[in-house]
Amino acid sequence: MSNDVLLQLTGVVKEFTVKVGSGFKRRKRSLQAVAGVDLSLRRGETLGLVGESGCGKSTLARCVMRLFAVDSGRVVFDGDDLTHASNAVLKPYRRRMQMVFQDPYGSLNPRRRVGSIIGDPFRIQGVGSAADRQAKVQELMQLVGLNPEHYNRFPGEFSGGQRQRIGIARAIALRPELIVCDEPVSALDVSIQAQVLNLLADLQKELGLTYLFISHDLSVVRHVSDRVAVMYLGTIVEIAPSEAIYERTRHPYTSALLSAVPRFEADAGTARVESVLSGDPPSPLDPPSGCRFHPRCPRAQDRCRHEVPVLRVGNADDPEHLTACHFPLVDGDAS
Amino acid sequence: MSMTATDSEHVLLDVRDLNVSFDSPDGVVEAVRNVSFKLDQGRTLGIVGESGSGKSVSTQSIVGLVQGARISGQARFDGRDLLMLAQPELRAIRGPGIAMIFQNPMSCLHPLYPVGWQIMEMIRAHQSVSRSQARLRAIELLGQVGIPRPDVRVDDYPHQYSGGMLQRAMIAMAIALNPRVLIADEPTTALDVTVQAQILRLLRHIQEQFGTAIIMITHDLGVVSEIADDVMVMYAGRAMEQASREALLRRPRHPYTQGLLRSRPQADSLGRALTSIPGQPPSLIAGARGCPFQPRCTQAISRCATDMPPLAVLAADGNDPHRSACWLTQAEDAP
Repeated sequence: MSNDVLLQLTGVVKEFTVKVGSGFKRRKRSLQAVAGVDLSLRRGETLGLVGESGCGKSTLARCVMRLFAVDSGRVVFDGDDLTHASNAVLKPYRRRMQMVFQDPYGSLNPRRRVGSIIGDPFRIQGVGSAADRQAKVQELMQLVGLNPEHYNRFPGEFSGGQRQRIGIARAIALRPELIVCDEPVSALDVSIQAQVLNLLADLQKELGLTYLFISHDLSVVRHVSDRVAVMYLGTIVEIAPSEAIYERTRHPYTSALLSAVPRFEADAGTARVESVLSGDPPSPLDPPSGCRFHPRCPRAQDRCRHEVPVLRVGNADDPEHLTACHFPLVDGDAS
Repeated sequence: MSMTATDSEHVLLDVRDLNVSFDSPDGVVEAVRNVSFKLDQGRTLGIVGESGSGKSVSTQSIVGLVQGARISGQARFDGRDLLMLAQPELRAIRGPGIAMIFQNPMSCLHPLYPVGWQIMEMIRAHQSVSRSQARLRAIELLGQVGIPRPDVRVDDYPHQYSGGMLQRAMIAMAIALNPRVLIADEPTTALDVTVQAQILRLLRHIQEQFGTAIIMITHDLGVVSEIADDVMVMYAGRAMEQASREALLRRPRHPYTQGLLRSRPQADSLGRALTSIPGQPPSLIAGARGCPFQPRCTQAISRCATDMPPLAVLAADGNDPHRSACWLTQAEDAP
């Protein structure tokens, strides 16, 4: 891993207009799904992005891919500002960033043959002749562990894990630099999950890929990531090298998330110390004032209700570990 | 799953040699084969398996929720064999005797009726109480499962509840008639870890309060380690291993269980490839010989391809025998 920044997000905001109320009270409101995110991805690293459903992690991924236009802030890919780039300008960049989706059933057209699905990127970008493309597709199928002879089959003839391999083959077809993986293994069975995670790791080594890896599964994220960012209600509350997030947690929300993961030991169960978050995340339509986590935070004080905490380095010895909290946990605090 | 005579009076549900098969265009699908288990009062049995392992079918078939299947075996509950009962008799048992919670609460509630109305309807179908009494009971139940302001939320429609609240409402409905057995089929799979922790805590609390016996069906060994007393691991319709939670997690004996445990990302797997189980789950079409896990098993011997090993007792750990269906583990323990 180098310090060469491949992707830089600065103050990214994405709003959606939603209709609320009914009858005469019906009106339009704006919902900030991503509320000012700064994030940089270094070439060759895997950055894990975790958070509860509705925290804006998938929206952020789509902003990175420029599948959504951002409402404010900047998206810079390899030194080029793509914030307001048109589709024509974006096309060459699309070769360099690809996406793997969560649902291996919904993301493949059931009426098209697998060879043609994997060959799409070549066709769209006008790479090679038809015969060339078939050879390339079969090479890709081999690379992701599919039988190249199944070129003419339909997606319905493959299992969930194999379909996810098809999605991965399509994503790496043009040898991209960045792959955004949006919950790539959460629809798969445990034994198949491990196969796909290993495949992603092998491909990263072989092709020098950079991953933005989105997942709600903290143990999967820990396994694959060099650094981890934790999102809550559209903002990043903590970002640090993977080990630091898990071993020296500073943000109370991260700590609560980690304690909610089922403990995997023979004597877990009733004896555990509970620090379970109560309630649901507040609606992003009316985010709480100050720190967005304060209504659920066990450490919240008056300051948290008024002042928005900024994401900053808490300890000079640990310059990679950023936390957005007025009263972060320090080493030794029970988490 | 205790076997001793003194315990037998606490056995609520005793399933023996359950077989469930379906006709399909490709042949007979054997979804459940020779599965036996017992459920004691106030205990939790975890049934673990991947998709298609038969974990849901084995419980749904005993309460009469599986259509068009050939079912054989015995399922003794309350002195009667559930498999011999007609639908009207089963309907009287479902609810007050055995209640179920399903994975997807959104599709279990009718979207056009208020949540409270649906709970009242269920109560009034089994008990002769007035509308206002049923409403009070519904409010009380919603409060018990932790819905804030239940007297107001009782009139809300399902879409006004979050996913976690809907699952709580389903639990409220399931415990409304004080069932002796609660079958929870992947109740937390669609939920965030934080909400999952809340729901598991709620189920434990209900068990302590009412002595309900719970069958927890899940693909997640982490959930099992949180809540189960006894565990049955299923693969391709068969019970592969049965043991107490402690015994299973401390010393898993079946190669499939060992593989499942190893393929989970854990702290000590950082930076290494995960040990995945190679291959795909087998087809359930009748006629296959030998152990269904044999094609994926790294330790298989020649006998595994031809003979299915019985589920044999390996060692008795107090009252809880540890059983495994594997020729190898049985050879290890041979005198």
